[in-house]
Amino acid sequence: MTIAMVDGEGVSFRQRAGRWWPVVVLAPSLLASFVYVVVFTLWTLYISLSNSGLLPSYGFVGLENYASLWANRRWNIAYNNLFFFSAFYILGSMAVGLLLAILIDQRVKGEALWRTIFLYPLAVSFIVTGTVWSWLYNPADGVQMLVRSLGWESFSFALASDRNTAIYAVIITGIWQSSGFAMALFLAGLRSVDPDLVKAAQIDGASAFRTYRKVILPTIAPIFLAVAVVQIQFAIKTFDLVAALTRGGPGVSTTFPAIYVYDLMFQRGQIGEGAAAAMMMLAALAVVLVPYSFFVVWRRRRESRHG
Amino acid sequence: MSSLVIRSLRKNYGAHEVLKGVDLEAQEGEFIALVGPSGCGKSTLLSMIAGLETVTSGEIRIGGRLVNSVPPKDRDIAMVFQSYALYPTMTARENITFGMESRGVPKAERDAAVKRVAALLQIEALLGRKPGQLSGGQRQRVAMGRALVRDPKLFLFDEPLSNLDAKLRVEMRTEIKKLHHRVGKTTIYVTHDQVEAMTLASRIAVMHRGELQQFAEPHVTYNRPTNMFVAGFMGSPSMNFIPAQLTRADDRVAVTFPLADGGSAVLPLATDVAAERIGRAVVLGVRPEHLSRYDAEIHARKPGIATLSAPVEVVEPTGAETIAVLRFGALEVVGRFEPDSAPRMGERIRLGVDMTRACLFDPETQRLI
Ligand SMILES: Nc1ncnc2c1ncn2[C@@H]1O[C@H](COP(=O)(O)OP(=O)(O)OP(=O)(O)O)[C@@H](O)[C@H]1O
Ligand SMILES: [Mg+2]
Repeated sequence: MTIAMVDGEGVSFRQRAGRWWPVVVLAPSLLASFVYVVVFTLWTLYISLSNSGLLPSYGFVGLENYASLWANRRWNIAYNNLFFFSAFYILGSMAVGLLLAILIDQRVKGEALWRTIFLYPLAVSFIVTGTVWSWLYNPADGVQMLVRSLGWESFSFALASDRNTAIYAVIITGIWQSSGFAMALFLAGLRSVDPDLVKAAQIDGASAFRTYRKVILPTIAPIFLAVAVVQIQFAIKTFDLVAALTRGGPGVSTTFPAIYVYDLMFQRGQIGEGAAAAMMMLAALAVVLVPYSFFVVWRRRRESRHG
Repeated sequence: MSSLVIRSLRKNYGAHEVLKGVDLEAQEGEFIALVGPSGCGKSTLLSMIAGLETVTSGEIRIGGRLVNSVPPKDRDIAMVFQSYALYPTMTARENITFGMESRGVPKAERDAAVKRVAALLQIEALLGRKPGQLSGGQRQRVAMGRALVRDPKLFLFDEPLSNLDAKLRVEMRTEIKKLHHRVGKTTIYVTHDQVEAMTLASRIAVMHRGELQQFAEPHVTYNRPTNMFVAGFMGSPSMNFIPAQLTRADDRVAVTFPLADGGSAVLPLATDVAAERIGRAVVLGVRPEHLSRYDAEIHARKPGIATLSAPVEVVEPTGAETIAVLRFGALEVVGRFEPDSAPRMGERIRLGVDMTRACLFDPETQRLI
């Protein structure tokens, strides 16, 4: 009788604790996220409207920092580079990743090996990737030297050292780094497609190309979106890759907003304008992520309505 | 003319033999049911007919043409999958027309074909919807529509009704029967539901462990199963198997087996088929519905009724009939009774056994004697 009572209480205590436990566990990280994300964002916003120089100060100057930012040619190049790079980097790594995934999905031999090889670059940090590729691009001891030493004396490969093409060097390196990641997600998606669908398409007389285009790829459309969103935030944060690969050069041809922010804040002591540049990067992210999160919520609603 | 001929067909996955030499043949317009327990190779056989699996050895002919290495799209077949395999991102209409589009059929012709099939299956109102917005039964109809629109030589169905609830399954079963009657195409229909097989098929192929056990008309499969596996697989509740001895009683061949009370039952056979086996062991196969409460008046007019009495252990009324578990010696035997002549629990019932319908099996080979 007593035991039964104690037991009963134990259960109800546990139930009560069970309801609060998740909140308790999550509290520290929720608090940290709140401070780091919301508070610091607001603080940066405030700084961007202040006359901060080498140190933060709180004299309000309105949009002056933004005006001087946008008057700077280097910032305009950086902001344009961001969109140019993002578009090609995202489309490129998705295209390469999808192609690799489709090739591996043909039940090739040694599949695990291929998967590892293609996924490997992701395990390397952007700094290392950038450094290694900067050697490859370097005319004195990279690909150019290799080909010339093989006998083709007039061969020229100066992608990264020409101010008009350096951005492509960054794009190619970025694609090399992250197409394996896209491949892994696409491959998982391809493998999740009901094999009966492929058989049905075979009986329906669809070619392999048509089967992929009309049946398989449309069913994994959500994965395209997920890959794109992950790549976009990689692209916008690109700092270490460029820092190690080209250091923004030659000239200012591969400057990116992240590099520019770093320069303003920590090299030139213009914290106010740096903060304004950081806010512009946030705006670029928001342009993509806000519609995406609305879309995700909308789709979930629609799915729950249709059961 | 045979529209499908299969000769000593084998399939191995590595060292694993899935089909061990299957022979099958379907006449023009026939409805063949392929039944067997899970894992016996039904789907594999069907996939091989469709061309989705390679042939290890043997041959498959469709309409007289050897198709072993012909790709699925050129075999002139249509298939309905257990999972329906509807393209999830296409509407019902697009699902139905996808095949025609792949073949480059002109739009006007496609539209006419969809119209015809939609009317046949009564799915006109569903054509604009995607599979996710359809119920199980509706998806089933769309999947059938996709197959019917092809107008192929051969229809292949892989357990098309097994994802439906019981009531819908019975409805769709009738529907498929009507449809086959109207369309009249040769059909191979995989199911593990023997009722579906009995009701739909013109012939039933029973498979077990990659081998064809029997291939015959439903009533033959049911009444004269070639072996104990087929006998036990077809019919529910399944046939009772009673180990017995073959003896001679009053100039007749009879089976005898021990009863619960220490005595033994002696049941004379309806015909003296197995006279040469007297003195040897046999297995008597009796279906539950061939047991009944003995009624001297009725049974006097019927030949071949043997009697014995047995205690009743469990009674399960289902409404239309009553299932009772009876004890024959160490054995539990299931009987199926009319509700008004049903035994009561604990009663000792005098049974009439219809020996004209009983089967005898060889206990060693398990084959019908
Ligand atoms: N790709 C494969 N590789 C190896 N073995 C396989 C493969 N496909 C099927 N098998 C084996 O072949 C046997 C027959 O499979 P099959 O799918 O034909 O059975 P089934 O009769 O359709 O069963 P169910 O009623 O459960 O659908 C099974 O033992 C299965 O494990
Ligand atoms: Mg199967």
